[in-house]
Amino acid sequence: MTGAVIQTSSLTRRFGEKNAVDQLTLEVQPGEIFGFLGHNGAGKTTTVRLLNGVLEPTSGQIKVLGLDPQTQGPALRLQTGVLTETPSLDERLTARENLSFYADLYEVPSLEVSARVNSLLAEFELADRADDKVGGYSKGMKQRLALARALLHNPEVIFLDEPTAALDPVAARHVHTLVETLARRQGCTVFLCTHNLVEAQKLCDRVAVMEQGRLVALGTPAELTRQYVKRLEVDLEVDPVQVDLALQVLGKLQELVLSTPKREKELLTMTLAGRESIPELLAILLQNGLRVYRLAPQEVNLEEVYFALHGGAA
Amino acid sequence: MNTRATQAIIRKDLKVAMQNKGVILPIIILPMILFVVLPWIMAYASSAAGTAGASMGNLDEILKRMPAGLLNELSRYTLEQQMIVFSLVYMLAPMFLIMPLMVSSVFAADSFAGEKERKTLEALLYTPTTDRELFTAKLLGAWLTAVGTALLSFLVYAIMVNAAGWHSLGHIFFPNWMWIALVLWVTPAVAGLGLVVMVFVSVRAQGFQDAYQIGGMVVLPVLLLMVGQLSGVMYFSVGVVLAVGLVIWILDLVLLRLASKGFRRGELMARL
Repeated sequence: MTGAVIQTSSLTRRFGEKNAVDQLTLEVQPGEIFGFLGHNGAGKTTTVRLLNGVLEPTSGQIKVLGLDPQTQGPALRLQTGVLTETPSLDERLTARENLSFYADLYEVPSLEVSARVNSLLAEFELADRADDKVGGYSKGMKQRLALARALLHNPEVIFLDEPTAALDPVAARHVHTLVETLARRQGCTVFLCTHNLVEAQKLCDRVAVMEQGRLVALGTPAELTRQYVKRLEVDLEVDPVQVDLALQVLGKLQELVLSTPKREKELLTMTLAGRESIPELLAILLQNGLRVYRLAPQEVNLEEVYFALHGGAA
Repeated sequence: MNTRATQAIIRKDLKVAMQNKGVILPIIILPMILFVVLPWIMAYASSAAGTAGASMGNLDEILKRMPAGLLNELSRYTLEQQMIVFSLVYMLAPMFLIMPLMVSSVFAADSFAGEKERKTLEALLYTPTTDRELFTAKLLGAWLTAVGTALLSFLVYAIMVNAAGWHSLGHIFFPNWMWIALVLWVTPAVAGLGLVVMVFVSVRAQGFQDAYQIGGMVVLPVLLLMVGQLSGVMYFSVGVVLAVGLVIWILDLVLLRLASKGFRRGELMARL
């Protein structure tokens, strides 16, 4: 598909005998928040390095913003921002010095450096500690500063490697808001490497799941849940006087209802084989004279997809 | 070449290195000993030995073994003056080279291996700087610091030597042409040698101390020059200094070429 911001085809990177990235083919569209999920060592960080031209692929093709990272790395990196897994900040320098240094490297116009640095320090709530050495910062402050650095030059594509790993819930929410703002309002493409499946579910338009360097699943969170999660928890609410009758009926539907229904007051919870079982179940309940107030599937999340893909070992 | 980025890296490296005691202490202590304290001790000992007509350790014996060229250069001085001039002008000349060698090595270790140790290299490699700009900036920062420090040390040494020998010689006798050639021709080359050796070492070293310890072996050629001079095998004449400088410059160019070929961000990133 043309117009993709990131395109890889059979991308492979080998370290010795091990394939860190193995035949990876994917496309990321402009303005998309693309989640890149996987265990440690699944190949996420290596992929980010390959996409930015700081690591050479063993084989395969890459285009990012229409540029070849291997031959046009500097031009590409002017348009990408990377939040590395470790903040990678010079702890002997202050936050302001760190940002000013990188502003020079990212060719932020000299006259704009001071204003840009101040604005980012304020946005990331670091202004009052701007002239303190970074060595004295907390993990969360370092992470925020590293994120500010990644945004210094208003990149078109931003790669975030575990952006909320060291953050408290308030700071993490701030990052989530920022990521959404970058993508939805500013049209920035976000490539989000994360272990945090709730984060991926909340933010990502599409996700890729990696295992041992290979892409094992790709799609929207909804597509993946439909594809990989075959069991579905549903809540059933009937007329309170009919709860016992409902239990009797459900007890006879062992092919449809995979678990013994759990009762909590008037609410019954059970496991079905999938979404396709809902209409059939509803029809049977109605045929038996039950007044159904509610038959609602519980939301399936990426965590269940992830567990399904990794054989429950995640 | 993006000069703005290059200058920014040089400025940052200097600022960071200046805050590392492991870098700063040897740069302060070594010249204090070599170029401030030692000249006075040597001048005092030489003067005492010369006026008493006695032997200052083996200095007069060493003098006797010196090549004819050096003896000829010293022949216009009295014995006391010969001892002062020999010890301060000739004997310490090879030792001076330790200064640019050490400063360039220590700065390069902090700049390359230190960056890896502090985990700041990864973010730097993600910037739009080219491999060449990065390599040039890292080398230039350490090289300019080494040469600058050596020149400053030379000025201090010139003042100290003339002051220490004044009571015996009564005039400014330092520097001579050999020292001018040593400072302007050999010093930058030696600084370059320390640097490129450290680049090779730093790529594989895990941190600053690791790199500095392995790279410290680069002082061996300087020690050989000192031994050569003390044993009378050679002395630092203008010709010898120019020739030594030429050899080191050629070595620098060869090693620099090899180092620049090996300095690829892909390789550096793969080793992180």
